[in-house]
Amino acid sequence: MSGIFNSSIGRKFAMALSALFLMFFLLQHFAINILSVFSPDAFNEASHFMGTFWAVQYILQPILIFGVIFHFVMGFILELKNNKARQISYAKNNGSANSSWMSRNMIWSGLAILAFMVLHFIDFWIPEMNTKYVLGDMSGMHNGEFRYFHELVEKFHSPIRVGAYVIAFVFLALHLLHGFSSAFQSIGANNKYTKSLQGFAKIYAIGIPLGFIFIALYHHLTGH
Amino acid sequence: MALDSKIPQGPLADKWTKHKNEINLVNPANKRLIDIIVVGTGLAGGSAAATLAELGYNVKAFCFQDSPRRAHSIAAQGGINAAKNYQGDGDSTYRLFYDTVKGGDYRSREANVYRLAEVSANIIDQCVAQGVPFARDYGGLLDNRSFGGVLVSRTFYAKGQTGQQLLLGAYSAMNRQIGRGKIKMYNRHEMLDVVVVDGKARGIIARNLVTGEIERHSAHAVVLGTGGYGNVFFLSTNAMGSNVTAAWKAHKRGAYFANPCYTQIHPTCIPVSGDHQSKLTLMSESLRNDGRIWVPKHIKDVEAIRNKTLKPTQIAEEDRDYYLERRYPAFGNLVPRDVASRAAKERCDAGYGVNATGEAVYLDFAAAIMRYGKEQAHIKGLNENDDSVVKNLGKEVVKAKYGNLFQMYEKIVDENPYETPMMIYPAVHYTMGGIWVDYNLQTTVPGLYAIGEANFSDHGANRLGASALMQGLADGYFVLPYTIGDYLSNDIRTGPISTDTKEFEEAENKVKSELEHLINNKGTKPVDYFHRRLGKIMWNKCGMARNEKGLKEAIKEIAELRAEFWKDVRVPGTANEFNEELAKAGRVADFLELGELFAKDALEREESAGGHFREEHQTEEGEAKRRKEFQFVSAWEYKGEPKDAVLHKEDLKYENIEVKERSYK
Amino acid sequence: MNLTLKIWRQKNASDKGKMVDYQISDVSPDMSFLEMLDVLNDQIITKGEEPVAFDHDCREGICGMCSLYINGEAHGPDRGVTTCQLHMRKFKDGDTIYIEPFRAKAFPVIKDLVVDRSAFDRIQHAGGFISVNTSGNTQDANAIPIAKEAADTAMDAATCIGCGACVATCKNSSAMLFVGAKVSQYALLPQGQVEATDRVLNMVKQMDEEGFGNCTNTGACEVECPKGISLENIARMNSEYLKASLKG
Repeated sequence: MSGIFNSSIGRKFAMALSALFLMFFLLQHFAINILSVFSPDAFNEASHFMGTFWAVQYILQPILIFGVIFHFVMGFILELKNNKARQISYAKNNGSANSSWMSRNMIWSGLAILAFMVLHFIDFWIPEMNTKYVLGDMSGMHNGEFRYFHELVEKFHSPIRVGAYVIAFVFLALHLLHGFSSAFQSIGANNKYTKSLQGFAKIYAIGIPLGFIFIALYHHLTGH
Repeated sequence: MALDSKIPQGPLADKWTKHKNEINLVNPANKRLIDIIVVGTGLAGGSAAATLAELGYNVKAFCFQDSPRRAHSIAAQGGINAAKNYQGDGDSTYRLFYDTVKGGDYRSREANVYRLAEVSANIIDQCVAQGVPFARDYGGLLDNRSFGGVLVSRTFYAKGQTGQQLLLGAYSAMNRQIGRGKIKMYNRHEMLDVVVVDGKARGIIARNLVTGEIERHSAHAVVLGTGGYGNVFFLSTNAMGSNVTAAWKAHKRGAYFANPCYTQIHPTCIPVSGDHQSKLTLMSESLRNDGRIWVPKHIKDVEAIRNKTLKPTQIAEEDRDYYLERRYPAFGNLVPRDVASRAAKERCDAGYGVNATGEAVYLDFAAAIMRYGKEQAHIKGLNENDDSVVKNLGKEVVKAKYGNLFQMYEKIVDENPYETPMMIYPAVHYTMGGIWVDYNLQTTVPGLYAIGEANFSDHGANRLGASALMQGLADGYFVLPYTIGDYLSNDIRTGPISTDTKEFEEAENKVKSELEHLINNKGTKPVDYFHRRLGKIMWNKCGMARNEKGLKEAIKEIAELRAEFWKDVRVPGTANEFNEELAKAGRVADFLELGELFAKDALEREESAGGHFREEHQTEEGEAKRRKEFQFVSAWEYKGEPKDAVLHKEDLKYENIEVKERSYK
Repeated sequence: MNLTLKIWRQKNASDKGKMVDYQISDVSPDMSFLEMLDVLNDQIITKGEEPVAFDHDCREGICGMCSLYINGEAHGPDRGVTTCQLHMRKFKDGDTIYIEPFRAKAFPVIKDLVVDRSAFDRIQHAGGFISVNTSGNTQDANAIPIAKEAADTAMDAATCIGCGACVATCKNSSAMLFVGAKVSQYALLPQGQVEATDRVLNMVKQMDEEGFGNCTNTGACEVECPKGISLENIARMNSEYLKASLKG
C-alpha cells in the first residue's frame, strides 16, 4: 500500500475518489436548495438542521473542506506534472480531432469553479461561520423567523451575481461532463455496468448545474 | 573443404533424441563464463537469445531496429504449423515432415526437416505458456485453419497477426532476461563484420546507428538470425531494412552460402501501382481458403476492363477462367505458393492481366459471400433466395474471418473488396536459400551459427505456408541452444575474449575504410537509384521464370551496375552520425554482390525445382521438372568476386521418403 | 498534386531544431505518405543536402517503427492506420502539411523526425513477461482451456504495436494505453495470474520513472491508436494496480 499515492495511478485514484465524494455532496446540496423553490419552510428546516447538527458541522464539514482543497491541489499538481511530460509543444496540434473540449480543459473549467467558490464562500459560508461561531448565534433566527430563505433570496437580487452564478454553473457542467465518467475509468471500472452509467452521467452533469441555474433565476425573477 | 552435414546415425525418428543424449554439455557454473553474440531479434534470434540466457550464458543481442520487437517476423500473418493433431484429422510428425519435404520439392535435408516436425508441438506449448493469445474455439481449446499444399488442419493462428504475437512472446522472454541482466541488448546497431580468430568466430564489428561509432564485440560464439535477402529484388514484402549484410559478411569470412537462387514468390500480394512504389504488401495465404482466383477467358473482356468500360462483376461466370481450379482440380486454389505464382504469371504473360500494367489477376470472394450467406440465412431461418439478405449475411462472415486484411486492401488500393474482386499479383516474399549449416546449425566457420530464414536447411526449393514461423522458433527455442553447447564445451577454460587483437583491428579498419569510401565518393545518384535498378534486373531475369540467356545477361548487368555504384553513388552526411543513407548504401553494396551469386547459382542449377523455374526444364504442361542429377545443395565458397565463387555440393539422400513427381492435380 | 511541407529539422539530440518549408510537386494520390517523403529525400540528396531522417521499416502497419505527427495528429488524419499506411489521397492539391516528431519528454528526438522510444522497452523489462523457461516439457497447450471471450479480449490488447502514438497524442504524454494493453493481455489469461501483482506494480513504477504524464481520460489515445486499442485496458490496469497495491 505504501507509495500508492506517489504513483500516477494512485494520484488519479485519489482524484477520482475526491471527485465522487464532491459529486455526492453536490447532489445533497442541490436537493436542499431546490426545496427553496417549493417550500421556504422546508428549506429553512433543512438548512437549520445542516447548519447546527454536530455530525454535519464537526465531521462532514471538515471532510468536505478537505475534499475540496485536496481535489484542487491535486488537480494543480497533476496539471504541472503533465505539462512537464512534454517540454516542446507541437507547432500544429489538432486536439479536437480526437477528444472533447471538456476533457482537454479540465484545468480551466476547474479554475472557473474555484473562482466561483471564492464568491460563494464570501456570499454564504463566511457570513454563516461569522454568525454561528464568532457571534455565537446558533439560533438560525432573525426577526423571529428562520433567516436562511431570506438570505438566499436576498443574494439573488443582483443580476450581476446571478450572471456570475449562471456562468459558473455552465463551467461546472462542462467539468462534470468529462469528470463524472472519467472518475469511474480512474477507479478501474470500465465495463458494461459503467457503460450503462454513461447516460446517467450526462443527465447528472447537465441536470444538476441546470437545476442550480434554475434556482438562481427563479429567485431572481420572483424575489421580493 | 568437404561439406560434412554431421547428420547423426540411426533411424530418422530417433536421430534428434539420440543426438541430444550424446553431445557434450556445458555445466551451469561454466555457462556463466561464456559469452554468445546473437545478431537479429526476430523469431529465431529473439527466441535463441532468450533461451541461451535462461540456460545461463551471457548474451549480447543486436538489432538494427529501435527495439527487438520490430524485427520483420512481426509481419507474418497467417499462422504457424505444428503436428499436434488436435483436430484428429490424421496429422502426425511424419505427415508434417512428409508435407514439408514434398512442398520443398525434395531439395531439403531429411534429418533437419524431421527434427523440425518433431519439435513443432513443443513450440505451441511454449508459446501458450508465455501468454501468446492464439485463437480458440467456444470450448476454450486452440483453433486451427488449413494452409496451402497440405490435406490437414494444423495451422495455429492469432487473427491475421500470428507472427506479431509469436514475436512479442519471444520479445517478452528476452525482456525477462534483459531485466535480469543476462541479455545485454544493443538496439539500433548493425553488424558489419564477423571477426574470426584462429579459425573460430570470436566476435563482430557493429556500427551504432545513432552515433555512427564503430564498436568491437567479442564472444565465444556468434549466432546469426538475420533473416532473408528478398530485398535484393528492391520490391518485396520484406521490411525496408531487411538485408543480407550480416549473412554476406559471414560469407566473406568463410561461411558457405547455400542455394541463393531459391526464392519464394508469394502469389497473393497487392500489385505494383507505380514507379514510386517502395514495397509490396502481402495478403495472407489464408485468403485462398475462400477466395477464387480468375482472369477473363476472352481477350476482348481484358481490354474492356483495362479501358474501364467493363467491370469485373459484369463478366458472366462462363466467361471467367478459374485457372487454378482448371489446372489443379485436387488442390484448386490451395496449391503451394510456387505453383500458384507461376500460374498467375503464365496467364498475365499470355495477355490476360487485369490492371493497367497487365500484371494482376482477380481474387474473388463473391462466391464465398453467397455460400456463407446462404448458410447463415438457413441457420437464422431467413429467406435463402433473397440475394440482398444473403449477401449481407455472407459479408459479415467474410468480415469476421478476413476483416483486417480487407481493410488493409481498401486502405492501399482504395477499392472495396466486398463489392469488387481484389487484384493480386505475385511478389518476392521469402528466401529458402541462405547460409549453409550442418545438423547443429553451425556454418562452415566454427563457432558461427545461422538460424531461421538466414540459414538454408529446412524448406528446400519452396516453403509451405506457416512453416517459416515454425522453423524460426524451432531453431531458436529448441535446437540451437542445445547444439551450441557441444561446441562451447571446449571453451570453458578459454576465459573472456579480448577485442584488443590484430584480428579485431583488421576487421574494424576494413569496415571503417568501406564507410569512408562511401561517404567520400560524392557521386551523383542516391542509393535507391541503384537498388531499384538491381531490383529490375533481378525481377526480370531471376524472377518467377529464368533461362540461360537472361541469367547470363543478369550476371553481366549486375557486375556493371556494381561498378557504377562504387563510382557514382552519393551518400550525404558523415559516418559519425545518424545516417540512414549510409546504412542503406552498405546494404545495397552487399545486395549487388549477392545478386550476382544468385544469378550464377540459378544458371548452374539446370533444373526446375520449387521456386526456381528454368524455362528450359519444364514438362509439356508447363510444370517444374526436377532432375535427379541436381539432387544436391549448392554451397558457394567466397573467393573474391562473386563470379569466382566455388561450388561445393552436399548430396541429398532420401531414405525415409520416396522422391516422386510433385503433383497437386 | 503540389504540396507545401513544413518539416521539423534537428541535426541531433543537442541541436535546438526548427520547422523548415519544402515544396514538392507531382505527388501521386496512390503514393503512401512515406513514399512521398522518399521522393522528397531523393530530391534533397540530388541537390546535395541532407535528407529528412524518419523511422520506418515494415511499411505495412505492423512493426510500429514509423511515427510522425502529421497536421496535428499522430499517424495523420486517417483512422486505424499507421503513417506508412496513410495514402496521399487523403490530402488535396495545394495543401500545407505539418510534419513533426512524436513529442514527449520520455521520447527524446534523435534526429529530425526520429525519436528514442526505448522507454517502452524498459517498461517491458520491468514486468512485461511471464516467467517461463523454454523447455521441451511445458504442459500441453490445451491443458488449460481459456474462454474464447477472454482469449479474444487478450488478443485485442496484444495487438498493440508499440508505436507510441498514444503518448504522442495524449495532451499529458501519458503511456497508460501502452502499459494498460500489456497488463491487460496477461491479466486476462490464466498464465498471467501468478505474477500479476508484481507485474503491474513494477511496470507502473517504471512508467512513472520514465517521465510520462498522467492519464486524464481524454480518450485521444484510443482514437489515434492505429490498432484501436480500447480505453478499457487502462481501466483494467487501474483496477489491477489498486488490487495489487492493497495486497502488496
